[in-house]
This record gives sequence, C-alpha cells and structure tokens, in this order.
Amino acid sequence: MATPVLDKADAAGQPEPGFADSPYITVTFRVRRFNPEVSAEATWEDFQLEIDPKERVLDGLHKIKWDVDGTLTFRRSCAHGICGSDAMRINGKNRLACKTLIKDINPEKPITIEPIKGLTVLKDLVVDMEPFFQAYRDVMPFLVTKDTNEPTRERLQSAEDRERFDDTTKCILCAACTSSCPVFWNDGQYFGPAAIVNAHRFIFDSRDEAGEQRLEILNDRDGVWRCRTTFNCTDACPRGIEVTKAIQEVKRALITRRY
Amino acid sequence: MSTTETAAPGVGPVEGTPVYTVENPAPLIEAPRKRTKKTPKSTRGNFELAAWLFMRLSGIVLVVLVIGHLLIQLVLDGGVSKIGFAFVAGRWASPFWQVWDLLMLWLAMLHGANGLRTVINDYAERPNSRLWLKALLYTATVFTILLGTLVIFTFDPNIR
Ligand code: HEM
Ligand code: SF4
Ligand code: FES
Repeated sequence: MATPVLDKADAAGQPEPGFADSPYITVTFRVRRFNPEVSAEATWEDFQLEIDPKERVLDGLHKIKWDVDGTLTFRRSCAHGICGSDAMRINGKNRLACKTLIKDINPEKPITIEPIKGLTVLKDLVVDMEPFFQAYRDVMPFLVTKDTNEPTRERLQSAEDRERFDDTTKCILCAACTSSCPVFWNDGQYFGPAAIVNAHRFIFDSRDEAGEQRLEILNDRDGVWRCRTTFNCTDACPRGIEVTKAIQEVKRALITRRY
Repeated sequence: MSTTETAAPGVGPVEGTPVYTVENPAPLIEAPRKRTKKTPKSTRGNFELAAWLFMRLSGIVLVVLVIGHLLIQLVLDGGVSKIGFAFVAGRWASPFWQVWDLLMLWLAMLHGANGLRTVINDYAERPNSRLWLKALLYTATVFTILLGTLVIFTFDPNIR
C-alpha cells in the first residue's frame, strides 16, 4: 500500500500554519487520592497539565493516568455522558467528568476532583456503589403486570401517557443526585433521590400495575418523607431531570391515595 | 509479546511497598450503614406520612394563631407595656382565648418537637446520640405541654 499523503504541513507535531498560538493552557488538577493499601488517610495531590481548555475533565484525568501516574483510579466507560460511570465531585459540585469542559469551571484556579460523597471510597475516585444499587433494586425498577401470559402484542400507550413519566426515563444511574443529598450523606439508609426517580418512572407508567406496591415501599421511615426539598439533587443531575419535582409527585401520590 | 516480568500475580508494587499480599489481604471496608442482617426488614407505615402532613397543616394554622398572638401581645393597644397579670387574667376569662392559647401551645409544641425530631434524624450520626437526644426532646415536650395545659385550665385570677 502506498503511504498516505498528508496535506497537513507535517505529521510530526508541527503546529499548523494559522494555529501558531497554542490553544493549550496550564491547569492544575487537585485530585483526592486514597489507597487503603498504603495509607488509611486520603490526601490531595496536584497535577500540572498542558491541556486545551475545550477538553473535558475526563480528558485531563486520562492524560494523568496515561502519561503521568498510572495508579490514578477512576471509573469511566462511555466517555459520552450515557453510562453514568464517572460522576465525581468537581470543584465541590457533582458532575460527570465526561460532560464537564475545563473552560467552564474556572481553570485559572486548581480544579478539585473528589469521589462522590456518602459512599465508601474504595480507591481514589472509585466508591462502593452497592448501597446505591441496593436502594435502586428495592423499588422494583422493572415492568410488573398481572397477566402471567406472554404478551401477544405490544403494550400500547398514548403519547400523553408516555409523556407523564418521560423526565424520569432519562436517568443513567450515575448517583450524582443521591451523593449530593445531605440526608443521604448522614444516613445511608435513606433510599435517596435516584431510587425515587426510578420508582417514579414506573409508578406513573400507565402500562405498569405495581405502582401501589412501589408507593408502599417508599412510604417508609427512610423513604420519600426523609426528603427535605433541598434541591441538591436537581442541581446535580447531569441529565437535567427535575429530581425534586419527581420526589414531590411521589409524595403527592401517596397523600392523595390515602386522603 | 515477550515478557520479563517477575512480579507475583496480584497487587504489584505500584505505590511504594505493598503492605498487603494475597495471603495477607487488606481488611474489607464495610460501607457505612449498609443493609445488614441487623437492619430492620421493613420500616414502612403511615407515621412519617402523617408527620409530614401535620407539619404543613399545623404550620398553616400556626400562621394565624402566632401572628394574632404577637399582634395582641406586642403591637396593638399600647404594645408590651400593657401586659401584666390583669391583662392575662382578662384574656383567659374568655373561653375563646383559652382555646386559642391551648391550640397554639399544642400545635407549636408538637410542630416544634417533630421539627427537632427531623433535625436529630438528619444530624445525629450515632444511634446512641439519636436515642438520648430524642429522649430529652420528648421529655421536654411532654413536660411543657402538660404544664401549659394545666396552667390554662386551672388558672386562678384571684390567686393574690
Ligand atoms: C408560623 C407558622 C409556621 C409555619 C407555616 C411552619 C411551617 C413549617 C414546615 C412546613 C416545616 C417542615 C419543613 C420540612 O419538612 O422541610 C417546618 C419545620 C419546622 N418548624 Fe415550623 N412552621 C411554623 C411555626 C413554627 C413554630 C412556632 C415553631 C417552634 C415552636 C416551629 C418549629 C419548626 C422546626 C423546629 C422545624 C424543623 C426544622 C426544619 O425542618 O428544618 N415552626 N415548619
Ligand atoms: S436522577 Fe440524574 S443524577 Fe440521579 S442517578 Fe439519575 S441521572 Fe444521575
Ligand atoms: S463515562 Fe459514561 S457517563 Fe461519563
């Protein structure tokens, strides 16, 4: 095969003409590091990066992991805001590293990156998500119908009925909401916003028949009534779900069901 | 893909000397307040629902009662300077103000106590501190409600 001819000036890293000014800036990533095999204490570590501010925080973490310190540990999978693996506390706010552009979070100052709060840190930015998923499983996040036969046709639904719970279908289970909730920080028994969002997704689905059961599950000492309406969850959700509103709708459904 | 690695499988010396090995693994870190066998199976019930509703309903009634109370006591008719034994005795001569004050006492106390119960649940971390703070709270609440009720019903204007 012939060598591909490059139109560009030089493949070996010369800046292209017209791009003489480097877009790169120096950014400090201040990462909360924790390795239980080395120390019981978590510490801050600074990394200086030359990076294009239009890149994402995740790209910066990749740069560190791939080029500087391979022991840096964090979760990510899709890198495009859909798998929900890389929720972390960036500059004190829960966000997805793959959806946060460096230029949007004041790169003049060190960018702090911590694991999400309220869940046990296993290493660096990786937390134990098990209590989070336990609460998720507890609300039965799957379609429940009374008919035991296999359906012979599609379960149809009007556009309005679909619209009713559209917002809560968008959840990617990143835990940004639950780990931003001060009630959850202090008491991990609280179901947390994400579990309620995913219960809401089925409670208000006209095809589902276990709404009553799910309401009963959330009518718990550690269920919806622990919500203090602080709106941290709504602010944190990278999918823009109106989390507090969904919780409020579940509360209202519980009250109107009884009175 | 030849390799010259000689390290044993498992955790390599990535950050200083490893403290733990396969034979001597790192201790398991339990998640805080994980659902264990000791966690109660179900804590469902309508109490929290009722408490939540009560906070809102009593709040609405308290707006009327408390603002009315503050106006009468502190603003209208000469303000605080008028308050004295005679003023209180005069008001409690009427069953209307007796019921007003009784309602205000009960609602404010239960509302405030339930509010503090929530605060304790939200802020106290250890089960023991929760227990003792709540014990103190409930004792104080019951004491104040009973004493207040007693005074409203047994108030004697001719005590002097
Ligand atoms: C004037 C009318 C009042 C209204 C409308 C009102 C309303 C409310 C509501 C709706 C809550 C629940 C907040 C939540 O669930 O997040 C609350 C909480 C609370 N209230 Fe009241 N309330 C009033 C008067 C009082 C009084 C007189 C007291 C004290 C005796 C009191 C003490 C509390 C406490 C301690 C809390 C818990 C604090 C918190 O939730 O952050 N309130 N109030
Ligand atoms: S509701 Fe939003 S913040 Fe919470 S888990 Fe789902 S996507 Fe993440
Ligand atoms: S890596 Fe998948 S959501 Fe960020």
